[in-house]
Amino acid sequence: MATALNINGETYESQSHPDTPLLWVLRDELGLTGTKFGCGIGACGSCTVHVNGQAQRSCQLPVGSVAEAVTTIEALGGDEAMPAVHAAWIEHQVAQCGYCQSGQQMQAASLLSSNPNPTDADIDEAMNGNLCRCGTYPRIRAAIHTAAKMLAEG
Amino acid sequence: MGRVAKIARRTFLIGSVAVAGGVAFGVYKMLEAAPNPLGSTEDEISLNAFVVITKDGVTLISPKAEMGQGVHSTWAALIAEELDVDLDQITVIHGPPAKAYYNSALFGLVLPFDDYKVSEWQQAVRKFAGNGAKLLSLQLTGGSTSMRDGFERMRHAGATAREVMKQAAAKRWDMRAGDLTTQSGQVIAPDGKSLTYFELAEDAADINPPRVALRDPSEWRLLGKSLPRLDMPEKVLATATFGIDVRLDGMKYASVRMNPARQGMRRFDASAAEAFPGVERVLDMGEGVAVVASNTWAAMQAVEAIDVSWEPSIYPRTTKALFDEIDRAFDEEHDTEARKIGNVEAQHQGTEISAEYSVPYLAHATMEPMNATALFEDGKLWVWCGHQAALSGLNACAEEAGIEPENVTFETTLMGGGFGRRGETDFAVLAVRAAKQMPGVPIKLTWSREEDMRRDLFRPAARARMRGVVNDGKPVVADVAFAASSVVLQTMARPPVEPMTQETAAVSGADAEGLSGAHDQPYAIPNYRVRGHVVKSALPIGYWRAVGASYGGFFFDSFIDEMAVAAGRDPLEFRLDMAREEDAASALALEKVAEMSGWTAARAAGRAMGVGFTYSFGAPVAQVIEVEDEAGLVRIKKAWIAADLGIALDPGNIEAQLTGGCLFGLSAAVMGEITFDDGAIEQYNFTDYDALRMATAPRFEVAVLENSRYIGGVGEIGTPPAPAALGNALFALTGQRVRDLPFNKAFDFV
Repeated sequence: MATALNINGETYESQSHPDTPLLWVLRDELGLTGTKFGCGIGACGSCTVHVNGQAQRSCQLPVGSVAEAVTTIEALGGDEAMPAVHAAWIEHQVAQCGYCQSGQQMQAASLLSSNPNPTDADIDEAMNGNLCRCGTYPRIRAAIHTAAKMLAEG
Repeated sequence: MGRVAKIARRTFLIGSVAVAGGVAFGVYKMLEAAPNPLGSTEDEISLNAFVVITKDGVTLISPKAEMGQGVHSTWAALIAEELDVDLDQITVIHGPPAKAYYNSALFGLVLPFDDYKVSEWQQAVRKFAGNGAKLLSLQLTGGSTSMRDGFERMRHAGATAREVMKQAAAKRWDMRAGDLTTQSGQVIAPDGKSLTYFELAEDAADINPPRVALRDPSEWRLLGKSLPRLDMPEKVLATATFGIDVRLDGMKYASVRMNPARQGMRRFDASAAEAFPGVERVLDMGEGVAVVASNTWAAMQAVEAIDVSWEPSIYPRTTKALFDEIDRAFDEEHDTEARKIGNVEAQHQGTEISAEYSVPYLAHATMEPMNATALFEDGKLWVWCGHQAALSGLNACAEEAGIEPENVTFETTLMGGGFGRRGETDFAVLAVRAAKQMPGVPIKLTWSREEDMRRDLFRPAARARMRGVVNDGKPVVADVAFAASSVVLQTMARPPVEPMTQETAAVSGADAEGLSGAHDQPYAIPNYRVRGHVVKSALPIGYWRAVGASYGGFFFDSFIDEMAVAAGRDPLEFRLDMAREEDAASALALEKVAEMSGWTAARAAGRAMGVGFTYSFGAPVAQVIEVEDEAGLVRIKKAWIAADLGIALDPGNIEAQLTGGCLFGLSAAVMGEITFDDGAIEQYNFTDYDALRMATAPRFEVAVLENSRYIGGVGEIGTPPAPAALGNALFALTGQRVRDLPFNKAFDFV
């Protein structure tokens, strides 16, 4: 019952049971630990990856159902907006404990792909599913605006 | 005697610096050097317990756990400032658990002084008291003590290392050390020739460290500036290794389910679990069960499927019964009287008010659920986890494995939040309990979010009974009594993993910590008494960000707001009058927050502001919160924070801690509540134990002040005033005074 996966442009065969959430295939089977476990029920956003360019909670995706290309935080520049997101996150010194930040950045990159110049309200709406217990929200918001500017200026 | 031993004996600088003060023998014994935990290998020469000079630069060994507060970066800057190395030459790693890393500031916190009144003499006594922590093996990151602990110690470490480098170079060149300079990890002679620290390190290790004066702050290159955090790139690129990311050859994945009522297990039937794909072993964990599987998800699913019969709780089984237990503590004589000024019981002229307040139990809910990895093989144990108190973690794991501590290797990883939860040892001990049953196999034991909540060690629920008298616009009486379980006393009595017993619950004694935020406030109140009643409950509780001040700040400051209203005064002016007489820095913080928030300006309809003030962990923090009626829903619109740190070592990081601490307090105030039924908690995940999010968090404006005489802690101080400021704002908006948290039981928020 192997599942063929395309992750960050590479092909993998998962031997895990098809019901196993993509999150745990990434972390435990493939060793891609940048994607984090936070709640297991899609309520915190720590496990956000891109499937076919869209932000998805990988803890809610049975690996057997994943047919399209997956991008994780490990794909440096694998997403158009990601280099700008990383740069803005460092410029604004966003992370505290850092645990939720891979999910936050994946969500932010997905937002910027569909909305290159988001307002504060757009950011609030897009990012509201990503919990941060350290309270880095003010810097996340500022970093998304900066990343949007970087992308606009090329 | 080998070279490493010589280095250890000669270069231990904590001892030499402290002994110079000239003290009695008993204290001297405490100050004797603890063994240097860092051996030297060919390529690394250990200079003292905190600095390792390598070919590539300098590795700073941080005994402090990095859980998001930026301690590694600021400790690096403290040493680098004196050692004259560049930030990009520095690597920071978690040190091995060792007595050399005791937390000197922590013991100062339990002394019965009002922080803001600390005199030079008291400051000196505190330093001695701090050495008691060494005897108790407290390598602890907590109590907002890192900067107070390290501010002088780390600079001395850097300065001493720099001076022995200069002496080593002077000897090599036959010059005077005083003629040499240091820069970027090199000693430089007047003629321009240079030697790197690495080239000099071996000679330097044989030199007795001199006593060196620290540089004046006016000479600082790094301290006092917002520096890029050293851990930022790896956290942004997600290459940082948290405990949950540890991977070892042949590692198996496990999850655990322990009795949610904190008692034993009668029996279990694992047949349903064994049928799960990927399941390899079911383990009897004493008071619970664990499943070892090919991946964590399989282990979590299977462990929940085990049919278990639990022993019932010995603590009251419902929230109401738990609060009844709290209320009964008021019937007993008080255990602590942490402040007594004037006579609160005498007849005083004026308006009298009284009120009861309560706060619920709270979970820590760190983003990274509890986890640890352990390998038990040939009588030796290896443990990897994020831990706030590595030495006590190591000792608890050794005891669980039944081996001596010297046979345990304990590696501290980064942690996805701590908030006090990772100062406990249960999660590490349980990984050892599993690994012991599968010798030679590394076991990563990860708790589900549900297990993380139901087996949390909760912030205690508490009740306050307060009485106040005001007259002629001024405070006359503040008579305050709290009832709560004592975190300090219970954590000392409780074994790493329960079952709780009536004996461990029935701890008694005075606990001034549990009255923080109330007994230690810089307010001139002529009759001011604060008493504590310790609730002897078998419900497990633990350290939670700001500990006693997390509820003491809410109780006391909210009641001060009520007194201001009763006195017919502006609430901020009322506080300011009281603070001016006691502590200038506190008054200046209140003035600053008034100015920033436009406190005296007219407010738009449907908007209101509340002020909150708490002095905790050596720092006064004033907050103003603005709320808005948004079509019948309350929006927390903006928060202004003015905090006085005495010396602001890294303003950017301090601002992050203050806003984060405030949000942590606001989340708890709006929606945080753990309730009980049938002995187990009723909340299981972020759906029913949530926190503020991007769209519901306020905007922030922060001022970091430096008027205080001593350096304050920063990790917790943003939390205590936030619930009070919000409650006071809600009162200003609605006229309704809500005295029981969380506020979402009385108001609907956006």
